[in-house]
Amino acid sequence: MTQEKATFTIKNGPTFEGISFGAKKSVAGEAVFTTSLVGYPESMTDPSYCGQILVFTQPLIGNYGVPSGTARDEFNLLRYFESPHIHVVGIIVAEYAYEYSHWTAVESLASWCQREGVAAVTGVDTREVITYLREQGSSLGRITLASQEPVEYSDPMSTNLVSKVTTREPFHVKALNSKCNIALIDCGVKENIIRCLTSRGANVTVFPYDYEIQNIASEFDGIFISNGPGDPTFCTKTVDNLKELLSIESLHGLPVFGICMGHQLLAMAAGAKIMKLKYGNRAHNIPAMDLTTGRCHITSQNHGYAIDDSTLKPDWKPFFVNLNDKSNEGMIHISRPVFSTQFHPEAKGGPMDSAILFDKYFENIDSFKLEKSNNLKLANTSTTINVDTLAVERVF
Amino acid sequence: MTSIYKSSEPTISTFNTPYYKPQLVEGVESVLVIGSGGLSIGQAGEFDYSGSQAIKALKEAKKKTILINPNIATNQTSHSLADKIYYLPVTPEYITYIIERERPDAILLTFGGQTGLNCGVALDKMGVLKKYNIKVLGTPIKTLEMTEDRDLFAQALTEINIPIATSFACETIDDALKAADEVGYPVIVRSAYALGGLGSGFSNNGDELRELAAQSLSLSPQILVEKSLKGWKEVEYEVVRDRVDNCITVCNMENLDPLGIHTGDSIVFAPSQTLSDEEYHMLRSAAIKIIRHLGVIGECNVQYALQPDGLDYRVIEVNARLSRSSALASKATGYPLAYTAAKIGLGYTLPELPNPITKTTVANFEPSLDYIVAKIPKWDLSKFQYVNRDIGSAMKSVGEVMAIGRNFEEAYQKALRQVDPSFLGFQGSNEFGDKLDEALASATDRRALAVGQALLHENYTIERVHELTKIDSWFLQKCMNIVRMYKQLEAVNSLDALEKDLLRNAKKLGFSDKQIAISISKDSKTVGELEVRKLRKSFDIIPFVKRIDTLAAEFPANTNYLYTTYNAIKSDVEFDDNGMLVLGSGVYRIGSSVEFDWCAVNTAKTLREQGKKTVMINYNPETVSTDFDEVDRLYFEELSFERVMDIYELENSEGCVISVGGQLPQNIALKLYENGCNTLGTNPNDIDNAENRHKFSSILDSINVGQPDWTEVTSIEEAKLFSRRVTYPVLVRPSYVLSGAAMSVVNSEHELEDKLTLASDVSPDHPVVLSKFIEGAEEIDVDAVAYNGQVLVHAISEHVENAGVHSGDATLILPPQTLSEETKAALKDIAHRVAHAWKITGPFNMQVIKDGDKLKVIECNIRASRSFPFVSKVLGVNFIEIAVKACLGGDKVPEPVDLMAKKYNYVATKVPQFSFTRLAGADPYLGVEMASTGEVASFGTNALESYWTAIQSTLNFHVPLPPSGILFGGDVKKDFLGEVIKSVSNLGFNFYVANEEVKKYLQSYTDENISVIEFPKNDKRKLREVFQKYDIKAVFNLAAKRAENTLDEDYVMRRNAIDFAIPLFNEPQTAILFAKSLKAKLAEKIKILESNDVIVPEEVRSWEEYVGFRPV
Repeated sequence: MTQEKATFTIKNGPTFEGISFGAKKSVAGEAVFTTSLVGYPESMTDPSYCGQILVFTQPLIGNYGVPSGTARDEFNLLRYFESPHIHVVGIIVAEYAYEYSHWTAVESLASWCQREGVAAVTGVDTREVITYLREQGSSLGRITLASQEPVEYSDPMSTNLVSKVTTREPFHVKALNSKCNIALIDCGVKENIIRCLTSRGANVTVFPYDYEIQNIASEFDGIFISNGPGDPTFCTKTVDNLKELLSIESLHGLPVFGICMGHQLLAMAAGAKIMKLKYGNRAHNIPAMDLTTGRCHITSQNHGYAIDDSTLKPDWKPFFVNLNDKSNEGMIHISRPVFSTQFHPEAKGGPMDSAILFDKYFENIDSFKLEKSNNLKLANTSTTINVDTLAVERVF
Repeated sequence: MTSIYKSSEPTISTFNTPYYKPQLVEGVESVLVIGSGGLSIGQAGEFDYSGSQAIKALKEAKKKTILINPNIATNQTSHSLADKIYYLPVTPEYITYIIERERPDAILLTFGGQTGLNCGVALDKMGVLKKYNIKVLGTPIKTLEMTEDRDLFAQALTEINIPIATSFACETIDDALKAADEVGYPVIVRSAYALGGLGSGFSNNGDELRELAAQSLSLSPQILVEKSLKGWKEVEYEVVRDRVDNCITVCNMENLDPLGIHTGDSIVFAPSQTLSDEEYHMLRSAAIKIIRHLGVIGECNVQYALQPDGLDYRVIEVNARLSRSSALASKATGYPLAYTAAKIGLGYTLPELPNPITKTTVANFEPSLDYIVAKIPKWDLSKFQYVNRDIGSAMKSVGEVMAIGRNFEEAYQKALRQVDPSFLGFQGSNEFGDKLDEALASATDRRALAVGQALLHENYTIERVHELTKIDSWFLQKCMNIVRMYKQLEAVNSLDALEKDLLRNAKKLGFSDKQIAISISKDSKTVGELEVRKLRKSFDIIPFVKRIDTLAAEFPANTNYLYTTYNAIKSDVEFDDNGMLVLGSGVYRIGSSVEFDWCAVNTAKTLREQGKKTVMINYNPETVSTDFDEVDRLYFEELSFERVMDIYELENSEGCVISVGGQLPQNIALKLYENGCNTLGTNPNDIDNAENRHKFSSILDSINVGQPDWTEVTSIEEAKLFSRRVTYPVLVRPSYVLSGAAMSVVNSEHELEDKLTLASDVSPDHPVVLSKFIEGAEEIDVDAVAYNGQVLVHAISEHVENAGVHSGDATLILPPQTLSEETKAALKDIAHRVAHAWKITGPFNMQVIKDGDKLKVIECNIRASRSFPFVSKVLGVNFIEIAVKACLGGDKVPEPVDLMAKKYNYVATKVPQFSFTRLAGADPYLGVEMASTGEVASFGTNALESYWTAIQSTLNFHVPLPPSGILFGGDVKKDFLGEVIKSVSNLGFNFYVANEEVKKYLQSYTDENISVIEFPKNDKRKLREVFQKYDIKAVFNLAAKRAENTLDEDYVMRRNAIDFAIPLFNEPQTAILFAKSLKAKLAEKIKILESNDVIVPEEVRSWEEYVGFRPV
């Protein structure tokens, strides 16, 4: 095995030496970390990590190899990945497992990174990296192979990352025994979000992030706004669409659920302000308290921005709060079936404590449908979208 | 039953917010805490840790705590923790007496191991809790019962669709056989209400099952037969739930050994290493579902079997209490599980509690680890005769080590050395010969060595080792990294040729300096550890220090919980404390356990009181000394010369206390001293003069202190001449040992020859010290502290057993009851001479034999001894505190006091706790090798009373009550057995013997009828029926020597008394003492037991009441 040295440098900060085990490629991106113990394939294929260099605090990475990226489940969703490709530009680990062992593995993490053109460095004191990063907040970083010239630092946050990861055209995922229809706004949706919806009986039509959802919302039983990468302020189009959607009186009963970026966009549409956190939350162990019940959930998170609670309009109230840094973790409308969370109830990776929020969303959908059937004004009068003509997976 | 908690609805009350408003259980001022008793296999030091944390939590909440625990060596039995302490048997009977006396408002049942839990369930059944209106804090009794009764448990899990291995509850052997036919062999047998898998095992066929079921049913009324899932992965989760249903999993752990080996006997890693996100969270979600359904309030442990090639899994076991695993998880993550569980018991919710490590975040989170933890069990099986070395579903290990590293290799190699300092790290052993495949396929205490042998020396592939062991290939791949490094090092020709990068990489893989030195040594040129150290330091390769902070550095946390690693570029801490190093005891093993943890903790406490910063080094997860709040800095690290010196140098330590952690720190004392470490107390050269037998004996001669006849020989002929002169037995101490224990007793010339030719060497280069081994004489323990050669305090404890029984297995009585004033004065004089000769400053201990009227010193250890906590607590004077003050010197040194001149109106007796039950086949016979795993002690107004209470304090001891049967056997040449029967005659017992000879002998001591009963030696089931038929409730078997073979009638009698859980007396003096106690106390006992009112016996008094004040 030829081992090439590589360095990981934080802009205006320290340089860490290590060995490259990924693509022979120098890269730049935003340096972030996760303290999750498991789930590197899930994290790396999560579109929310687009453009980032991901540092793992769990020192031993690659132990269980990489499962199939083409295996699909009964909904034609990817069995093991959260999207078809790796979205991080690079990973930094303390110790890569050159050999792996797992029944689902089809290749090593190294060969996967090499195929996908992702830089990877092992042998780094990742704890020291974190100790630096946590004080700097978000930092730019780059990985430079010994044989190559460094690439320029580039800030993925200064570009519209959502536009890069969203589906180009709408696509449709069918439930096995469908009972409702959901329109999903794709800011970089994870496969498991769609699965959480289809497995509960919803046909899901996935729209590009800037699709004018307000125009077709009445044809659906629920709206879902997905997670996604980067700075939410780039998605002004989506925010405007959501603003309009929220203002349509006939749709006040329409259930809406947003996750992560979806939460932030919904909050902005509702008039709240976004702020960047000093310490981003990227872990699987973060306590979030449901302020409506007092119940605590251990949540999976990956975000650098949050809603400023104090800017929520009177119609809204905080739904969840982060017990560590007291930042906002969700909001809920005081009378309408609309809520959103900063954390990831769909997990993958991470704990599944808050999957019940999907159940809550479906309860809202059931009530809405019941209301619709009792109230002819709300019933769908026409359909403009023929789902059978849509693609069945993401379109790039 | 209504809950003691007013509400199970959550609120937004949270720590550190304006909404903080805990709803605590009302009406609780005093809490009775149930301890776990003497250390035994399956229930050891971890419960000192968990009980201590629980008491700390209660104290913080300003509750009065009453503790029952006869384990006098524990840290929890200290007035600095508990308000009232009772050194009494942890049995429903005695707990009831304490409840009657103290009327506590509440009780904690889940911090005293299986013993505490069983007592709780029994007290509830007896109606005691209801009668006295006592609140059970934390997990309700109903839940405890559900997790303990396998049927109820299986039913509960089925209700929530959680798969459990199908099992059948059986109450007879026939039922078990039928169940096995149903599920198919191989099957696993478990017994309900048993600690550490006692009475559990695998059976491949009906014959094996019949034997196993017979034994298990003798221990438990009900056994479970289920299908074996051998080869599946074994994974555990530690789960916490509060009264409002908030749940977290604090840690998960993966066993290196696949399913089939009790988790206590498994090599374990945390967090899991081979599980994907899907597997990890599938099991995590199931654990939470289970704990919610069962209604645990506090802490619980869920063990799983996980399919190695699919997503199928089974729940193996749930422990709704603090356990060994929870202690490990606490130390592995830094999350104080026991403390948190106790707080939850009081009614706090998880969001209301701060994370005690960070102090800024909440306890309602799941630790993230940025390191890997290895746990390896410590077995001491070679100490036992006839013991079965297989490890399986019943636990046999006596202790465990935990090592922390940044990669597998670092953590695993550290841990292997911690288990046995003679190991280099990952290594092989040539002991397996052509049986290597067998050694790999069937788990024994030696399997780690077999894996090493296969990969390192026999060129086995990973695939082959995996096939044989079913150990996940990932672990073996990592072991191969170590193998490759060995080969690289072996290819280095000399120290000069050792390159910096290679040396650094070896250190990153956890290689010790010694391991590297030996690897590059050639026959022509050996390299020493110190040379490697010097080279390493010249390359500036030194370990870095990292923090354990529960959240992988995500937030700043100023913790003092540290480990070292070479896989880093910077340390987390600054080194400006100049703290004083305290070396802990390391792994618990036979001969060294919680006593030394008490010494280490008290040393740190005294140092802190004297204004010193303290640095503890220890690697035992079962200890209080490794709790985060006991010292200023805690290094969870190896107690090797290399690592201690590294830390000493990094910390710029002021000094190092080497005399309180037992033999382990003592072994490296001289080397530390020679390399510039400021060791406190007695000069290590003087310590060495006591450890070196020749120097020791010569010095004793020179100061006119008596000792058994001794000599140093350089040939077998000389050895024979000496032995003939002094007569056998003689004690042989070789200076060079080929294998096995260093010291042994030989009874004949033939044995002497064997010993000196086969096991060791005798030559002018390797002299051997021989001494007369005195038996049948009284033995005395002297514990003392000196300053500059002057004794400050001393304690004289009498042994009940005669010399010949290892002092660790001896019953000690303090203050002495039979020694004359002259003898006591002579002993004091000896202590002074010894202290003076060795210029002792600090603790020391001597064992002395009273041979006629001559006192002979047989052993002297210039360090704290096993009996330090016992003498300190009995006399009410903390010997460690005095020792530390002596070590520090100056005006803090207390004035000498003669504690033995004082009059005491009480007596305390310390008795050994054996674990023979756990060690299938082992001969319960006492000799020169120590066999006990723990000890208990009780007070009384006289020796009989204190012994009576102490013996009842040993695990599962039931006083025989008439008209049950007593079985006698053993030596009929001496008077002992006769004396026993004399004492217990006319009390209403039936007497039985197994042969005419014993009957004839005994009949001359008693008029009572003695029956000879059938004694089927080969058929355990029949024998059990015989025991039942005659209702045998005690066995006295005083054999003169060890059994020659396993068909020896006395062996069978002793062994089966153990297997059938019947009290066994196998040593003459204790047998007589018990017989006398029984005679003195039986009538009172019967009266109390038969009374409808609760009559509290007079021995039920607190420690404070006995000694008359509140010692700490």
